[in-house]
Amino acid sequence: MQNSFYREIINDHNLRPMHKKEIEGANAEKRGVNPSCGDDITLKLRVKDGVIEDGGFTGDGCAISQASADIMLDMIIGKTEQEAERLSEIFRRMITGKVSDAEIGELEEAGALIDVSHMPARVKCAVLGWHTLDAIVQGENTEA
Amino acid sequence: MNTNIRADFPLLRERSGIAYLDSAATAQKPECVIRAEADFYREHNANPLRGLYEISQEATDAYESARAKTAAFLNAESAEEIIFTRNATESMNLLAYSQGSLLRPGDEIVISIAEHHSNFLPWQMAAERSGAVIRFAECGADGSIPEERFRAQISDRTRIVAMTQVSNVLGREYPIRRFAEIAHEAGALFVCDGAQSVPHLKVDVRELDVDFLAFSGHKMGGPMGIGVLYGKKKLLEKMPPFLRGGEMIEYVTREGATWAELPHKFEAGTVNAAGAVGLAAAIDYYQRTGFDWMIRREEELSRCAMEALRSVPHLKLIGSDRAEEHHGIFTFTLEGVHPHDIAEILSADGICVRAGHHCAQPLMQHLGVRSTVRASLMFYNTEEEIGRLAESLRSVRRRMGYAE
Ligand SMILES: Cc1ncc(COP(=O)(O)O)c(C=O)c1O
Repeated sequence: MQNSFYREIINDHNLRPMHKKEIEGANAEKRGVNPSCGDDITLKLRVKDGVIEDGGFTGDGCAISQASADIMLDMIIGKTEQEAERLSEIFRRMITGKVSDAEIGELEEAGALIDVSHMPARVKCAVLGWHTLDAIVQGENTEA
Repeated sequence: MNTNIRADFPLLRERSGIAYLDSAATAQKPECVIRAEADFYREHNANPLRGLYEISQEATDAYESARAKTAAFLNAESAEEIIFTRNATESMNLLAYSQGSLLRPGDEIVISIAEHHSNFLPWQMAAERSGAVIRFAECGADGSIPEERFRAQISDRTRIVAMTQVSNVLGREYPIRRFAEIAHEAGALFVCDGAQSVPHLKVDVRELDVDFLAFSGHKMGGPMGIGVLYGKKKLLEKMPPFLRGGEMIEYVTREGATWAELPHKFEAGTVNAAGAVGLAAAIDYYQRTGFDWMIRREEELSRCAMEALRSVPHLKLIGSDRAEEHHGIFTFTLEGVHPHDIAEILSADGICVRAGHHCAQPLMQHLGVRSTVRASLMFYNTEEEIGRLAESLRSVRRRMGYAE
């Protein structure tokens, strides 16, 4: 993460996350863990009629994992599950270096994580939130 | 004083911008090791122990003289007590399968909580297979294991005690000679993990009186892919083979086989002869450079690192607060910053350190830390590199968005 503008976005979401909190009336929950580096989050959503009304996460991990989860929630709250899945798919492609500029634009602040595509060791950190979201939306929902 | 030691290491010469502080993971290789391995392939390559022609004989001689040199380096009684493996991990697995197959339900294996997964998971497997039980000798917050605590885990059911001589997280040395004596009094065998000690201390297997000792060549400047299992001859003789195949038999029929003599009984298949030759070159390098000098230099560097790390605000060092109890290994956390972020920032400054659980999760759980950063030193490091580390660490919190 050499680009200091991107670094600032990530630092900001890491140190002052908007969505790192419990939410009321959550009806979907999933834990996501990267065993090798110890990133460990629990994502909770309140979904009604296919729309993600609210969401939050708890847990801890490196700045990239925490900032990425926070940015993701900024983007998906108020969207349909289908739309969230579409963004998730674009995000993953960005991390593996296969997106167009227009698509990066769609990812808004999540585009700040594009540098991770040059850092194989951090890919798992960046996708942890999205991966956990996919697990919820694709129905592996566990009410733990 | 050996001022130009770094000139012996091609990578340190060629990547001069880098501060390599991860030698506990693997050491850099001196030119003589790289050349010895290549020369084996250039000049003597043939399958050792097999052909009757000249170069095969040369390959055999090179391989067997590497064994003799390793035996002398550890002060083993004879070369047959040296088995070449791929690394310390394979040595431990060999033991856990072979010696472990002699365990019975209710037998006990004692290990320390500070073990690397390499000296834990093989024993966990041996326990599962045999119905034996694993008991842990725990360390205090400074990493030490007092004798009484160790003794409390030993009973007349203890069959095997497996412990590291130097912890790869804490850098602390454990009193192996004394612990081996206690194990022997209880009738148990003592297995020593020498992965972090053999490269940094003078290890004498007869003085320690351990029954087995494992280490990896690559952590002492030898090539990757060559490791050692030392074992007392009378014990190795009684153990069943680990891997089966070529070059480890005496006689084979449709119904069965008898095993080759030591050490070949434990070296099935084509061996890593070039690796063994490279390890022998690393041992020569230690002797030429002077092991005493290396040890003194690593002590100096440890004192320097201790002082430098103490000066970094918000840094919490794991283990002892005395430099001489670290053997060049310094593991720490920095308040509010995840270790992976620290390692990434250090990397941007050209400093190579390790971040994570260091393959010692039970120890991390015991100490109540999740993930940490480890800087580890070797005689070829410099005070200037340690200064760069401290400088960079001082800037980490600011670069992560903290006010100070
Ligand atoms: C104490 C200890 N034991 C065992 C090992 C395993 O060594 P290798 O990976 O070479 O088998 C290591 C290496 O990190 C170690 O530090």
